[in-house]
Amino acid sequence: MAVEKVVGIEIEFGITVRNPQGFDPVGNSILLINSHEAVQAIKAIWDYAGENPLLDARGFEVSGERERPSQQDNRAINKLLLNGGRLYVDGAHPEYSSPEVMNARDLVLYEKAGEHILEISRQAANRVLPPEAQLYIYKNNTDGKGNSYGYHENYLMARGVPFEKIIEGLTPFLVTRQVYTGAGKVGAENQTDPVAYQISQRADFFEAWIGLDTMAKRPIINTRDEPHADEEKYRRLHVIVGDSNMSEFATYLKVGATAIVLSMVEDGWVRKDLALEDPVRAIKEISHDVTCRRKVRLKRGVELSGVEIQREYLEMAWAYYQGREASPQVLDILEKWTWVLDKLEEDPWQLHRHLDWVIKMELIRSYMERRKVGFEDQRISMLDLQFHDIRREKGLFYVLERQGLVERIVTDTEIAEAVDFPPPDTRAYFRGMCLRKYRDQIYGASWSSLLFDTGEASVKKIPMAEPTRGTRKLVQEILDRSDSVSELFDNLTG
Amino acid sequence: MSEQERKVKRPRESPKSDEAQPKATVTEKGKELKERMDEVIDEIDEVLEENSEEFVRNYVQRGGE
Repeated sequence: MAVEKVVGIEIEFGITVRNPQGFDPVGNSILLINSHEAVQAIKAIWDYAGENPLLDARGFEVSGERERPSQQDNRAINKLLLNGGRLYVDGAHPEYSSPEVMNARDLVLYEKAGEHILEISRQAANRVLPPEAQLYIYKNNTDGKGNSYGYHENYLMARGVPFEKIIEGLTPFLVTRQVYTGAGKVGAENQTDPVAYQISQRADFFEAWIGLDTMAKRPIINTRDEPHADEEKYRRLHVIVGDSNMSEFATYLKVGATAIVLSMVEDGWVRKDLALEDPVRAIKEISHDVTCRRKVRLKRGVELSGVEIQREYLEMAWAYYQGREASPQVLDILEKWTWVLDKLEEDPWQLHRHLDWVIKMELIRSYMERRKVGFEDQRISMLDLQFHDIRREKGLFYVLERQGLVERIVTDTEIAEAVDFPPPDTRAYFRGMCLRKYRDQIYGASWSSLLFDTGEASVKKIPMAEPTRGTRKLVQEILDRSDSVSELFDNLTG
Repeated sequence: MSEQERKVKRPRESPKSDEAQPKATVTEKGKELKERMDEVIDEIDEVLEENSEEFVRNYVQRGGE
């Protein structure tokens, strides 16, 4: 039986300055996340105690050193957010993790809130930096020179589902969903075939079908088994194959459709044989064809296009929900998914308000036509990069948004709210509201616990192994009548 | 996904489909968009980073994840 799809994302951002000679991305990322006043006021550390990124979902543990920062470093590179999310430095990038949410629309909201938090931080950092050291931040996945950084989705799944079933049911879907989730890219990288413009930012970088790595030999199916929840009951599927989208519509459809397919996998509903002959080759073939007509070979010998394979999943999804209750939002996602595949089949250009890769392609096409230049002109590469610039006034996606040229899912008012307040219906609510109410007594947090410093010899821990608890419905009343942390503990245990 | 739930009925045709309209509208829409984009391109040139070539060349990231 499918579990409720609690979802969260992690976004790595690109960071640079105009003249990067001697630029230190780590130091500047640290400065960046420590510049936001409201964020900085929270001194809690990140609790790594329950984390083990070296556990493999296929049932073994990989040996290797686990990195654990010192207390002081911990505070410098980790910021807990009032919305229940986390802002931190991962390697040489600033990174944002959204709080856990219950549906795709809320995911869009908290993803955009994350961009907003980064932008406030960037502005604050730039106030103290000299003109030549002003920071630029990009929400994309490649520098165009063979270096990629990630956008990771996390979906709660039932532990009882054998991992092989997930691999089998999900691979053809993940390889082909780029036809609507791709963020578009000028050129090819990583020794793939040359192309002027392709659908996905990330496809070129996937070199393995299944694996634990995220930084080298990237796999289409990532096997990290770190549930951040009751491990008897749950797994957290870590999807690393996606692009960062600027378009709210694309994020909504990406996460919505993926959650639906995962529920079908859990319920044994993905019964069509869509196994690809070579998923690693197919993901690049599909990405390299902006007409979306290129066929890829299935194991059973037939050839189907990415859109056709998506249609097979969509058909299964409509059938799956015939006998089940579905939320209005799930219906909306099924309808949008259907509509998008229809349009992709007719002429992808029609999605110039909806999908990143089409929005950007139309922008580049118009620019080249108007300025009478081709792909070799460096302004085209600049368009490709600046499309992802998070500045509201200069990011090209936001120029288009301001002109009403892209479709929206949420409002600016809702995004502003999502910067300061957690979603109501997951454990992120308890985390975010405790940070708001008992800020100085929160010693640390992880996804699955909160640590309180009550002035006693040892810190006190509240475990939160169940992601669907700690909700407003369950804890608001207790928080309301607990003026202090000790009252909170009394009320929780009493 | 917990919201108010209701039974699913698959629509015969995709709900937001505007296929009923003749194909000509796609061309018209294209023309309209072209005019809008022409205006936007001017605005884009105003905000596009100067010395694009150098900027793009200098944009190098360490791999992440």
